[in-house]
Amino acid sequence: MNNSVNSLSTEELSAIDEELEHAPYRSAVAIDALKIVQSHRGWVSDSSIKEIANYLEMSSEELDSIATFYNLIFRRPVGENVILFCDSVSCWIRGCAKLEKHINKTLGITRGQTTEDDKFTLVPVPCLGACDKAPVMMVGDSLHENLTEESINRILEDAAVKGKER
Amino acid sequence: MITTPLTKNVHEDRRVVLVEDYEANGGYQGARKSITQMTPSECLQVIKDSNLRGRGGAGFPTGMKWSFVPMDNVSPGHKYLVCNADEMEPGTFKDRLLMECDPHQLIEGMICGSYTIQADIAYIFLRGEYVKAAETLSQAIKECYAKGYLGRSIMGTNYSLDLYLHTSAGRYICGEETALINSLEGKRANPRAKPPFPQVSGLWGRPTIVNNVETLCNISHILDHGPEWFQELGIGEDAGTKMYGVSGNVQNPGCWELPIGTTIREILEVHAGGMLPGYSFRGLLPGGGSTDFLVEEHLDLAMDYGTIGKAGSRMGTGTMIILDDKTCPVGMVKNLIDFFAHESCGFCTPCRDGLPQTAHILQDMSSGKGETRDIETLERLVKFIGSIGNTHCALAPGAMEPLQSAMKYFPEDFERHAEGKKCNYCETD
Repeated sequence: MNNSVNSLSTEELSAIDEELEHAPYRSAVAIDALKIVQSHRGWVSDSSIKEIANYLEMSSEELDSIATFYNLIFRRPVGENVILFCDSVSCWIRGCAKLEKHINKTLGITRGQTTEDDKFTLVPVPCLGACDKAPVMMVGDSLHENLTEESINRILEDAAVKGKER
Repeated sequence: MITTPLTKNVHEDRRVVLVEDYEANGGYQGARKSITQMTPSECLQVIKDSNLRGRGGAGFPTGMKWSFVPMDNVSPGHKYLVCNADEMEPGTFKDRLLMECDPHQLIEGMICGSYTIQADIAYIFLRGEYVKAAETLSQAIKECYAKGYLGRSIMGTNYSLDLYLHTSAGRYICGEETALINSLEGKRANPRAKPPFPQVSGLWGRPTIVNNVETLCNISHILDHGPEWFQELGIGEDAGTKMYGVSGNVQNPGCWELPIGTTIREILEVHAGGMLPGYSFRGLLPGGGSTDFLVEEHLDLAMDYGTIGKAGSRMGTGTMIILDDKTCPVGMVKNLIDFFAHESCGFCTPCRDGLPQTAHILQDMSSGKGETRDIETLERLVKFIGSIGNTHCALAPGAMEPLQSAMKYFPEDFERHAEGKKCNYCETD
């Protein structure tokens, strides 16, 4: 195994160090560190888990038990844009089930899957807190409200062209 | 006379209130008054006298909660104030507005609260999906350090406070205060056993207060204008205003700051504009996905903690979800139970195993495979899972609230589905 490929970058380490400045012990920043590494690499691989755990002086197993608990930490590669699709009650009343089927058909993926061109990953998300504009979803960091099949087509086309939304 | 303290600065287009505008409109006066002119115990007395109750859902008196924090300094070390900004209760969209539009109001409330309990470190625990709120809050925190509202020797006094923004990595259970504390410590968000209560032993074993965003947003106003002013804002037995919301098939879904104790009918018919054409009202969840249904006969009730409690439900977060005649109550409850089953932390059996079993029965019923014994099974599950004390935290009992009340108010829908009939409005895949 080539260590240099997987070791944490200077940027990642300095971001983790910043969190450590106000933490009482190293493993306290476990979730922050996972988020930092994911923001650089898109997801958290087994070797990233080992690297982070080593740096925070905890076991890989303990860190993995934390990583797998949280739904916004991705332990498998994801597409350029992750679609966080709200399927909670207000969006459901406003017809999100039909819209999810539309996405399934348009992109050829169901929940947890990534498109073949690695553009999109579709996952459900708990209520996004924009229920007065239901149905809603996030694509990357952007919130999209009052969704219809037409607006979803437009949003997905734009995101596919633009690449990773920031 | 300010009647809408929480939203008085909020712009119609929801752009963020700048710090200069916030200060020009009375901002940081409450913090200045309390830190430079009042003792912590005087601040606590004002909050107690105001009768402010927690806006996160449980409605616990805020002053009483704070009074449990040890103030004797016998055991030296940190004390913490944590803002619960993990808004994820299905159908709830009030804290997002407060944080995106007026972040300084929350920070000022946290400064006042921290001073009152003499906390030296404060955290905002923000859900990861609230990207815009993370931006507005980060910017506001920077401005506060630059202006001397945070950091060492605040406003020339010997009081110091550091405030950090923690963005979460997901999971509904993080909203439970002890689970939130575990998550802030970098662990899995399993709730803790109580006692000890966080006020005595919370974050890293130190005294910790966890308050909801809306609760904290009220604090500086109460300290600035006094408890009597705050009491008079409410219509009935409760004090202050409330961020009420309505979602579902209504004309004008939205979120409004109104006197606490406004009737359901006024919120639904005046502010939300009533039902959309072609839909009629059948029921509502008054304050998020884990509250009991109310129906037509309850529409003239005041939306306050006591009144809604006596009607057999809870005001919860105060953001209502409307059930209409073209939405099946069985399907709606199935959606909610699916959510809670998915969000169970997996720690205790009734929640980890009981919720999926409930979800499975509702799945069968809504897809036309219901059996007559299903209703009896559901009743048994409600009794078993819904009893506080059978479970480690309030998640599973909360999940049973919409189910038990739907079975009470809409028995014909459950009976129809239990006969194995399909329904015009349920998904039948």
